[in-house]
Amino acid sequence: MLESEFMRLALASGAIVGVLAPAVGFFLVQRRQSLFGDGIGHVAFAGVAAGILLDVSPVLTALVFAVLGGIAIELLRSRGGAAGDQALALVFYTGIALGVVLVAQAGALNVDLFQYLFGSILTVTRGDLVTIALLGGLGLATVALLYRAFAAVVIDEEGARVAGVPIGSLNVALAALTAVTVALSMRVVGILLVAALMVLPVSAAGRLAWSMRSTLVLSTAIGLASAVAGLTISYYGDLPPGGTIVLVAAAVYVVALAATARVR
Amino acid sequence: MSLAVELRAVSFGYRPGQHVLEDVDLALGEGEFVAVAGPNGGGKTTLVRVLLGLERPSTGAALLYGEPAHRFSGRQRLGYLAQRAQVGGDAPATVREVVGAGRLASSRLVGRLRPDDRRLVDEAIGRVGLDAVADAPLRTLSGGMQQRAFIAKALAGQPSLLVLDEPTTGVDAESQESLAELLAGLHGELGVTIVYVSHEFGAVEHHVERLVLVRRTIVFDGSPHDLPGVWHDPAHVHARE
Repeated sequence: MLESEFMRLALASGAIVGVLAPAVGFFLVQRRQSLFGDGIGHVAFAGVAAGILLDVSPVLTALVFAVLGGIAIELLRSRGGAAGDQALALVFYTGIALGVVLVAQAGALNVDLFQYLFGSILTVTRGDLVTIALLGGLGLATVALLYRAFAAVVIDEEGARVAGVPIGSLNVALAALTAVTVALSMRVVGILLVAALMVLPVSAAGRLAWSMRSTLVLSTAIGLASAVAGLTISYYGDLPPGGTIVLVAAAVYVVALAATARVR
Repeated sequence: MSLAVELRAVSFGYRPGQHVLEDVDLALGEGEFVAVAGPNGGGKTTLVRVLLGLERPSTGAALLYGEPAHRFSGRQRLGYLAQRAQVGGDAPATVREVVGAGRLASSRLVGRLRPDDRRLVDEAIGRVGLDAVADAPLRTLSGGMQQRAFIAKALAGQPSLLVLDEPTTGVDAESQESLAELLAGLHGELGVTIVYVSHEFGAVEHHVERLVLVRRTIVFDGSPHDLPGVWHDPAHVHARE
């Protein structure tokens, strides 16, 4: 398997995303915003369509759309008077509708589009890997630096707000971080499954861990293992990599659930 | 005595024309231990939100240490235990992690806690008597112990003003009493101003110097000893809602 360059590139990019997606998803899950990544994924779909239409890199336009969409959801939620899920629904549906219109304009309802919807990790190039490594590294560094601040908001947002913690800025930072993660994960598992890699490893880890920090560490370990195991299984079983990675993560969750059901 | 909190002729409504608070005047001196009580829906939580600067009065002024509450510059001096405070999500946050979150506003936003911060976290855990369970997940503890952890979180920020909104919700009677004794001890030891908000004040009645009853406006403000006997009956408080 490792003698093929496309598999080495796929494993490297899968490993980075496997660690990054649950590291960011950890905070979303704890804030009961598990579908946030899914909403941003649909905005990223509009970005991909815009990229195809304008003949520029769809990953780049998806990144721009995702960041703007993420910040829009956060601002609508915090200042626009829309409840969390309404703001998400508004941006979610606007994104997918815009994507459908732009795709039709580009006449691009084809394989190009499908690789973004369902992932195309086996076509990752060295250039793609450099981008994923740079942005992924930046994302993980941000999580490491702001872990305590993000965790404090999860623990007690109102108490932190009263004490003067800049909640608005932190929420926007988390939305932007989610958007970057979605745009990077798009190549690995696809827009339709991107949120799964942000949520399932965290849910599984939450069953097994004994603290917030251990939940985060275990989430990234499960994400990494799911990416590597999923890619390996897909290589030998001739299965779609994105779907296989997510199915492995789902299986880990089921095992964690069964293992802890009797204890709790 | 310098004032920690001052509300001057404050009225507030979430919708135009519907006042939750009307013409409220209240001055709380530094170092006071005050209970704010009243019926559910009487405006206690709104009063707390206004005095902490989370809501701006429709008319009148809300001041914290002499500054407009909504742009108070010393927010890290405020400790707040929100109604039914609980850790969001399913992560098994430990007592130490919860209390550590209380140092965020007073320390740097990025990076790990410094040794001094960790010492203050340990001290706060010790003050509320949770040393033995410092590394236990909060969800494995009783309601009373969870509230103690959140009080420790507020204490870790070394507050001058500690506001607790319905801290005894979901806490058994025995733990309510021990929570009240804990707060009285903290007040005596640290001299922190404490505002204890609850729909009934029985647990802290013997510890506070001052009782404020709120029902859209302030209907009583004085020593609990001066309160007419009928008000000691919670049924009376609610009967006139």
